[in-house]
Amino acid sequence: MDNALRELYQEVILDHSRHPRHHGVLENASHKAEGYNPLCGDRVTVYLRLDADNRVADIKFEGRGCAISQASASMMTDMLKGRTATEADRLMTGFLHLVKGEDASDLLEDDRERLEVMGGISEFPMRVKCATLAWHTYRNAVEEGKNAVEEGKNAVEEGAT
Amino acid sequence: MTAQGKITSSFDAEKARADFEILARQVYGKPLAYLDSGASAQKPRIVLDTMRDFAQSEYANVHRGVHFLSAAATDRYEAARRTLQKFLNAAREDEIVFTKGGTEAINLVSYSYLAPGIQPGDEIVLTVMEHHSNIVPWHFLRERQGAVLRWVDVGDDGSLDIEALDAAITTKTKLVAVTHMSNVLGTVTPLKEIIARAHAKGVPVLADGCQGAVHEVVDVQALDIDFYAITGHKLYGPTGIGALYAKRAHLKAMRPFNGGGEMIREVMKDRITYADPPARFEAGTPPIIESVGLATALDYLMAFDRKAVAAHEHDLLTYAREQVKQFNWLRVIGDAPGKGAILSFEAEGMHAHDLATILDREGVAVRAGHHCAQVLMERFGVASTSRASFALYNTRADVDALIAGLHKARGILV
Repeated sequence: MDNALRELYQEVILDHSRHPRHHGVLENASHKAEGYNPLCGDRVTVYLRLDADNRVADIKFEGRGCAISQASASMMTDMLKGRTATEADRLMTGFLHLVKGEDASDLLEDDRERLEVMGGISEFPMRVKCATLAWHTYRNAVEEGKNAVEEGKNAVEEGAT
Repeated sequence: MTAQGKITSSFDAEKARADFEILARQVYGKPLAYLDSGASAQKPRIVLDTMRDFAQSEYANVHRGVHFLSAAATDRYEAARRTLQKFLNAAREDEIVFTKGGTEAINLVSYSYLAPGIQPGDEIVLTVMEHHSNIVPWHFLRERQGAVLRWVDVGDDGSLDIEALDAAITTKTKLVAVTHMSNVLGTVTPLKEIIARAHAKGVPVLADGCQGAVHEVVDVQALDIDFYAITGHKLYGPTGIGALYAKRAHLKAMRPFNGGGEMIREVMKDRITYADPPARFEAGTPPIIESVGLATALDYLMAFDRKAVAAHEHDLLTYAREQVKQFNWLRVIGDAPGKGAILSFEAEGMHAHDLATILDREGVAVRAGHHCAQVLMERFGVASTSRASFALYNTRADVDALIAGLHKARGILV
């Protein structure tokens, strides 16, 4: 197998995609958003419960998609849980840099080590959107998803990466 | 049938393949197996050379100048129209309107033919296997003018039930808009029968021929079809050009679509008169170099025994279908009798995009996604499929590369 493919479909990624963590509906969510990638038709819904200090008390996701989008969503939920808004912001910014092959040195060392497995995506520009869908949906949930829980709406389309 | 690929026809694919220089290139160090001609076909050398030669020796704007080059370019542009007339066997050359593609050709019918007379409750009959380009223009009429879209389903094998279509045509039906060949299923629709049924009820028919015209010989007079849309880039021609065939009587009754130069007879401060068709529908400077390229592509295609080309493409499809039978984890979507050379499938445990990424690294170009046919994806309960589409330049080696790639993808992903 060529190295780029081996990098992309590492065992860690495949494991996350086959056995996604925090998968399902979060019953007592305070925020939620739906993400949609019109290129492939993949959908993801991100549910959050933010506590009084805007810390991610709990997070879950639902949806179906490619191995990259599922693994990315699964890892994201794993890593965001327990973070404050500022920490989560830093993590997301670093992640977006990483998958685009840009400088991600602003990530905490621990985070960088864990996210390194996603770095292979930067070799596949057509697939970057698969990796960023869940993260953009998370951000949309934080920013505009408070009322969505009651109204049952809030959608983001994966346009920008 | 043997794996060696017994030559069953007068068509020599290897020889034709040599006309397409891009097919000799490698991607990621692997030979290119281009199986995405359903999205866009590659261009033979003669098309590229002719466009360049024309631009270097006879190019100017058309229908305007009195100078030498303008006359030469106008001759070439109008000659291209006659080539399209021949390709579709239209009765008259002025029944061919140049557009920027198949999408614009269908939109032209929607805006100029159908929209002016649409009343709330008027119906347009479509099938669930239409490409978005033959759905969205009719949705506009639904959204803006209250038209009703009547959908005709396909069977589990992707075939069209002519009786169901007939039953959908009512006294309120203003148009039947149907693909000639599905870009996902490969299903070839019985156009002649559809047109006979629709005409019996006084309803005109539009066919989206973007795929069909590539693989089938089209005779618009024998079909007695009202509108037939084609696009250049799937016909081994350039992008940016397509055409609408429409019966003369329809064109004469249609209002203009785009306004601008070339489509008018006289423009005053307080009134305007329009040019006769087809110029009425060709506002602005048309795709001149592209028209020459498209005509060259059609001449290239027509120089082959087209039945032999179709037989070759069908042989590749049959060969591919035989090969994928070994995969009990692969479901072929679209199995209608007489279908065209398109193989869409879903693979258990492998998302179409992951599969396409791995195939790509093996040099195999396939399409993954919803293929601009989301209504059809819903019908078959899938978000996306992978699609291999075969053209005249494909060979069994391309199919072998696809099969090897599928093995490899399975090994990585599952």
